[in-house]
Amino acid sequence: MKCEELLAMLNEYVDGGVDPGVCEQFEKHLAGCNPCQVVVDNIRKTITLYKEGQPYELPVQFRERLHSALRMRWKEIHFSSKETE
Amino acid sequence: MLRTMSEHMTDGDLVRRAKAGELAAFETLAGRYERHVYSLARRIVRQEQDAEDVTQQTFLSALEHLDGFREEASFSTWLLRIATHAALKVLRKREGLPTVSLEANTEPQDGYDTVPHPEYIADWKESPEQLVGRNETARLIDEALNELDDKHRVVFLLRDVQGLSVKETADALGLTEANVKVRLLRARLQLRERLTQEFGDPARRFEPHRHEQAT
Repeated sequence: MKCEELLAMLNEYVDGGVDPGVCEQFEKHLAGCNPCQVVVDNIRKTITLYKEGQPYELPVQFRERLHSALRMRWKEIHFSSKETE
Repeated sequence: MLRTMSEHMTDGDLVRRAKAGELAAFETLAGRYERHVYSLARRIVRQEQDAEDVTQQTFLSALEHLDGFREEASFSTWLLRIATHAALKVLRKREGLPTVSLEANTEPQDGYDTVPHPEYIADWKESPEQLVGRNETARLIDEALNELDDKHRVVFLLRDVQGLSVKETADALGLTEANVKVRLLRARLQLRERLTQEFGDPARRFEPHRHEQAT
């Protein structure tokens, strides 16, 4: 396996979707190729960083607006359904 | 006050109570997921006002369609799916022209043969666990994400951040699975390149090699 071929299969390898034969070739290449090893490791860390990243906080004013819009809509729906009962 | 009342309950309990007409239960659910919805929206649309609109639309839509939620998926999955659709709608509207649409998959650069090679290859100085809590990291990873094209960023967000499968991502975007895969690879490589420039240790740097190593 060449570095280019490894690159094309990187996703499947990182996501665990390559079949055992290919996986073996992949790992054989990695064992003898430091740059590819580091690239695979970097990719894994990159994904982890985004996955674990903290969500944004809602702007305070927006949060108030959102909840008041929800309460208003809730009342509209539940009010009108009672009227038609 | 009402919110603290039901904070120990599971999403499933809250959904059932909300379906039975309990507003406090719905508000607790909203409080639980508003940051996730807002963050996803912000990262897709990249603009605060639009992200607020998407968030509000998402929760209003969830409120209106709660009776139709069959609880086959978790509430959060259902909610984030609504948010994704709303955010993509904003992007598509903004793009206007079909030539730059998210679905367009005719661009020649969508093949594997032109995937850029890693250039800056180095071990990172710190682990993701050490990096993740810092404001500086949050700023850097957002910057890197914002440098991606819409079509690459959205695929990365759905697949790697939201955890959708390749097929689910393809369905959500109207793409083929092959397209999703190559876009995901480009997104991951571009983010890796950028973050390694920030977090890589120059002392543990490797030269990229292009030789045909046949091991």
